[in-house]
Amino acid sequence: MPNTNSSANETAPGVMAQAVREGLFAGVLAFGMFLLYVGIETYQNIDNALVWRTRWGLLAIFVLVAAVGRFLIVGFVKPRLDRRKLSKAKAGIPEVSDDKGFFHKNFLKLSMLALVLYPPIVVSLYGVQGSLKFVDNFGIQILIYVMLAWGLNVVVGLAGLLDLGYVAFYAVGAYSYALLSDTFGLSFWLLLPLAGILAAFWGIILGFPVLRLRGDYLAIVTLAFGEIIRLVLMNWSDVTGGTAGISGIAKASIFGIWSFDVGADNNFAKVFGLPMSSAYYKIFLFYVILALCLITAYVTIKLRSMPIGRAWEALREDEIACRSLGIDTVKTKLTAFAIGAMFGGFAGSFFAARQGFVSPESFVFLESAVILAIVVLGGMGSLTGIAIAAVVMIGGTELLREMEFLKHVFGPDFTPELYRMLLFGLAMVAVMLFKPRGFVGSREPTAFLKERKAVSGSFTKEGHG
Amino acid sequence: MTPGNTTMTRDTILKVEHLSMRFGGLMAINDLSLEAKRGEITALIGPNGAGKTTVFNCITGFYKPTMGMITLTQKDGDQFLLERLSDFEITKKAKVARTFQNIRLFSGLTVLENLLVAQHNKLMKASGYTIMGLLGLGSYKREADGAIELARQWLEKADLIDRADDPAGDLPYGAQRRLEIARAMCTGPELLCLDEPAAGLNPKESLALNTLLNSIRDETGTSILLIEHDMSVVMEISDHVVVLEYGQKISDGTPDHVKNDPKVIAAYLGVDDDELEEVMHEELDGGSH
Ligand SMILES: Nc1ncnc2c1ncn2[C@@H]1O[C@H](COP(=O)(O)OP(=O)(O)OP(=O)(O)O)[C@@H](O)[C@H]1O
Ligand SMILES: [Mg+2]
Repeated sequence: MPNTNSSANETAPGVMAQAVREGLFAGVLAFGMFLLYVGIETYQNIDNALVWRTRWGLLAIFVLVAAVGRFLIVGFVKPRLDRRKLSKAKAGIPEVSDDKGFFHKNFLKLSMLALVLYPPIVVSLYGVQGSLKFVDNFGIQILIYVMLAWGLNVVVGLAGLLDLGYVAFYAVGAYSYALLSDTFGLSFWLLLPLAGILAAFWGIILGFPVLRLRGDYLAIVTLAFGEIIRLVLMNWSDVTGGTAGISGIAKASIFGIWSFDVGADNNFAKVFGLPMSSAYYKIFLFYVILALCLITAYVTIKLRSMPIGRAWEALREDEIACRSLGIDTVKTKLTAFAIGAMFGGFAGSFFAARQGFVSPESFVFLESAVILAIVVLGGMGSLTGIAIAAVVMIGGTELLREMEFLKHVFGPDFTPELYRMLLFGLAMVAVMLFKPRGFVGSREPTAFLKERKAVSGSFTKEGHG
Repeated sequence: MTPGNTTMTRDTILKVEHLSMRFGGLMAINDLSLEAKRGEITALIGPNGAGKTTVFNCITGFYKPTMGMITLTQKDGDQFLLERLSDFEITKKAKVARTFQNIRLFSGLTVLENLLVAQHNKLMKASGYTIMGLLGLGSYKREADGAIELARQWLEKADLIDRADDPAGDLPYGAQRRLEIARAMCTGPELLCLDEPAAGLNPKESLALNTLLNSIRDETGTSILLIEHDMSVVMEISDHVVVLEYGQKISDGTPDHVKNDPKVIAAYLGVDDDELEEVMHEELDGGSH
């Protein structure tokens, strides 16, 4: 170690000078970039006239963060990283094995345990009513996105088909539940599989014309499909209620034994003599979506090691080679679309049961983009990576809502959740810079002869269509 | 050439008749007829751009020929008109497998997984089209083990067993070529079409390839159709040679016959026959050493 220290000390002055220079440069750049966006604000005064005022303080914060951040990165973080890399290279540890220790086997078990215990812990900490926010906003919200992203992962991550309209299947699931439970009074537990099947059916319908296309064309057509579904939902008012949507959707029950309807005789809280609260329903829903997520993960993992899953991955790697091996690529793509859509449908019907209200507004293109971003950030094909990405992205945006203290910094008009997209953008840029293949870029082989070695992301392809 | 050949049935496995392929104004193949005998290695040679790969693409369904008929006769007598089948059906039903001139492996899958993907149709059936397999019913487990066993056998034959769990993209070039052949063999073909398997190999790897191809022919009885530029490979292992130039057949016969055909020599060297016949001989001799 002594020699690395001395070499670091030798280069330190040069590094510091460079850090100061780059810090200043970043500050100037930030000033130029944010001068108009942040430094000047327009607002309407009492006469409804648009006037502007300056926000020098806020601008100064932006510039300082950029300058100091750059200074710290160049001056301290980078040399340290380089040194660590160097010593590792000297010790002969290959870099690929880097993240293997972290995503250790126990990681999965521990996180499972944490998830199962999450509601009781939160209830014991904050009380029944106080747990609502944590179970609903953080727990359920994140798990819905985990499930959606895992579903999309089958299409994008495994089969390599870029689908920008995934939210359409989510919508099909949600409206299937809303309409069928409204019209026929069928129960959640019957409609959940049905919604999945209907979504899968739509997946196949979309698949047939689209799967001849590749790459960009496929992406554009799936995007259009997502918009078509949304526009139909918006304009077919007789059935879907148009932009107003459908409200008063029946709640799910605990397998018909206990209900969560306030008026019902077998109301859960009444039966057990508990005080009335909507928190019980949310806690129940938390376990439902957790179970749905686990089913999704189980099925995905199982399918990956079956011929169909291997064919999906082979398709992502090289479609022509697949055909030369006698694989019907059209059927293979259709199954990927159908299975991905089915998971979207499950999530959709769950969403409807949770909200009690659906409208086309919940199924805009941005949702597809967010789900896709989670898949890409997590690492295409990796369930663990995607789950982490969902926690970070969705949890992060929910956290923003909580950051009331920011109002003291940026003024009372500051609404932190509006900066959601900024967070997404920053996370995207950061991950793509440091981990271009996502949080978990390597892939686990589905079969092995002697030992299971993770395949580095540099060999896998993203697919082309 | 090999002693086993005389006892082997020598009927025709592949019959190409009056095959033509036109790309816009270019006749890439012009009225080509050829035959490949069962259990033999048939080589297809010719200068660059002669249309060899195009013939392969027509046989394996990647191109639809403009004209002509391609008949494949299986061991049990079943016949298939290949120009009527689509590419994946040709492998699945007619049992024709191929490799590509520019290697096409699943580089992000491991070597073993590459060989398992090749057994897709068999495994699909065994897994009850996934449903039975998901439920853990039926013979899937046994078939899956069998598939790994078959893969292991081919890995040993192709001398890749030590790299079985590495990504295919990580293999050196020669090993990738052998893997592509092993993968094609895992589909259980009756006819194996190899597009320049020796391209880019060093002499040692080229020799190993000869051994692999000979063992495929002699041990599995698979017929091989081979495109090759490397004359040492062609003359060494093929039973029958067809020479193409500008999409037309200019010679057809045993390696010795073709080697001495003045038309072939002219096509390859582009100059007067008599003058360069000796040069050709020299080159061929030099190549096989
Ligand atoms: N898809 C295509 N579209 C247009 N022209 C094509 C196409 N494929 C092949 N050709 C043309 O057909 C001719 C024959 O090409 P082919 O690839 O079959 O030659 P080859 O004998 O395999 O040559 P090489 O030894 O270089 O591999 C060439 O002139 C080529 O440009
Ligand atoms: Mg060629």
